[in-house]
Amino acid sequence: MRILFKLLVLLSLLCGYAQAETINLGVAGAHSGDLASYGLPSVKAAELVVEEINAKGGVLGKKVQIWAEDDACKPELATNTATRLVSKGVHVVMGHICSGATKAALGIYKDMNIITMSPSATNPDLTQKGTYPNFFRTIASDDAQARLEVDFALMNLKVKKIAVIHDKGDYGKGLAEYARKFVKHSGVARVVLYEGITPGAVDYSAVIRKIKRSRAQAVIFGGYHPEASKLVSGLRKKRMDTIFISDDGVKDDTFIKVAKKYAEGVYATGPKDVSKNPMTVKATKDHIKKYGKEPGAFFLNAYSATLALLHAIEKSGSTKYDAIRKTLQTEYVETPLGKIRFDENGDAVGVGFSMYQVKNGQYVEVE
Amino acid sequence: MISENFSDTILYFIELLLGGLTRGSIYALIALGYTMVYGIIELINFAHGEIYMLGAFTALIISGIMTMHGYAGMSVFFTALLVAVLYSSAYGYTLEKIAYKPLRNAPRLSPLISAIGMSIFLQNYVMLAQTSDFMPFPSLLPDFECLAWIDYMIGGPELLILITTMIVMICLTILIKYTRIGKAMRATAQDKKMAMLVGIDINRMISATFVIGSALAAIAGVLIATHIGQINFYIGFIAGIKAFTAAVLGGIGSIPGAVVGGLILGLTESFATGYVSSDYEDVFAFALLVLILIVRPSGLIGRTEMQKV
Repeated sequence: MRILFKLLVLLSLLCGYAQAETINLGVAGAHSGDLASYGLPSVKAAELVVEEINAKGGVLGKKVQIWAEDDACKPELATNTATRLVSKGVHVVMGHICSGATKAALGIYKDMNIITMSPSATNPDLTQKGTYPNFFRTIASDDAQARLEVDFALMNLKVKKIAVIHDKGDYGKGLAEYARKFVKHSGVARVVLYEGITPGAVDYSAVIRKIKRSRAQAVIFGGYHPEASKLVSGLRKKRMDTIFISDDGVKDDTFIKVAKKYAEGVYATGPKDVSKNPMTVKATKDHIKKYGKEPGAFFLNAYSATLALLHAIEKSGSTKYDAIRKTLQTEYVETPLGKIRFDENGDAVGVGFSMYQVKNGQYVEVE
Repeated sequence: MISENFSDTILYFIELLLGGLTRGSIYALIALGYTMVYGIIELINFAHGEIYMLGAFTALIISGIMTMHGYAGMSVFFTALLVAVLYSSAYGYTLEKIAYKPLRNAPRLSPLISAIGMSIFLQNYVMLAQTSDFMPFPSLLPDFECLAWIDYMIGGPELLILITTMIVMICLTILIKYTRIGKAMRATAQDKKMAMLVGIDINRMISATFVIGSALAAIAGVLIATHIGQINFYIGFIAGIKAFTAAVLGGIGSIPGAVVGGLILGLTESFATGYVSSDYEDVFAFALLVLILIVRPSGLIGRTEMQKV
């Protein structure tokens, strides 16, 4: 009996010893259920990064250990997931996947001073409200496109009067709402017209006349390319040179094909092209080699998040909350998404969307 | 300053008025097909919007071929329009023979279901045979530099749509009122059995109605496609619903009713967008429909009919 007790003590000591000798990376997200296809690629990304880093001698001279926990993208499960990870003694967490689950888990990590970085939670409030200083992400938030559109219109094009038009859909209207809010808060420009149009209507001549009457210098349109090309050609046929700025739904070659000469000069935001980044090429190749198929959703974001977290621990020389947080905000790190760091809210700088313009029948990135 | 603002307001009103008339005349062209078919066999031809779409697609193909062979300008427009009209008429004719004629003595719901079926069939046929993407439609109408001086009110192509519609409607009225075939069609609409007894070939009259309605829809399809510059297999649905609304508004079965209904619907949408918000465009259009149907259940110019039970 006594021997057994001693053995137990020894074992537990050993365990404790072992724990102190590894860097524990929690990976949380949907690993089962109908949204598993969003979460599983992040586990694979973490495995690939950790394998490579461990082969090079680990972080701070210690091996990195992955603790993967499932939340099925459900907020009510995510709190349990977080508690389990905390009890395992994780130093940092890469996750969660869905915005709702992430929000539910973040409070627990915040209380335990654990840095959390999501590859895929896009809800704007997660970073912008400032409730969770421990939260970072390697994906642009939902309002990033609207932010870029408005900043571009106000800073680069210096317009003062903006018409915001949308197609009444979830995507288009959501974007338009943000754009309107950002223009209002900027204080330097005005929204002179805010309208929703019916997709598929016979023509948009009345709305175009309204834009003309509002004397807007630029139109920000939230929606997809069929409506955008109708609007743009309508504007140009009325001999109006109103600047047209739109979103990812319009940054599509079909738009240029349909609107033809009228597409010239139109601005649209779209995801930054990272497919030629050597790290992206390597990560994808490694994934195919190890798992025998192309990587899934948010793989690159998860890969970058893991790299950023481990890099921050290495650079700051500790697993302390404040040190990691400061390093994430100040030190740049090379990732498949490009060279990134994080702003004071926790959003990645240099990740997300670029502005494109149609020039000679092609979308060209605006510098 | 006040006078300048005042003239601005007037100009804006005229712009909305002309825009609304243009849109309304397109609705009216399609609505005529609905109302003529209903007038003669009391069937709501739900596949009519698809005929409009087929007209636009035919014109796209013809203009593509002609442009490839180096033709340009108005000759392409008129050839494309002509072929589209012929092709769509053939579709309308065949549609009636395949989907409606065998059901002429069936309960009234059967041809209705058949019409919905044909609508779905034609949409998917075009989607598979052509593409599900939006296709660019060449602007076959020149910009009419000579009309640049009224450009602030109405664009050249819009004006052309308006004028073409007027001409087509005048021709149709003459056809219905004064020609032999028109008289025979009206007789068939009034009483099929009696018309048959006085020697009218009612099957031919019904076919003629479908052919004329389809031709009008094809004209509308080509005009609007060249004006807005894009088409896909689904454009017939919304245009069809709006035109059907216009036909009901004016009184289904009545030819002047379809024209009035189309114009009123177009104007309502235009003014609702211009003075309120385009978010409520459809709300106003359908609220108007409800109001008119409450006051005049058979539409603006419709005649009250004994319900056949």
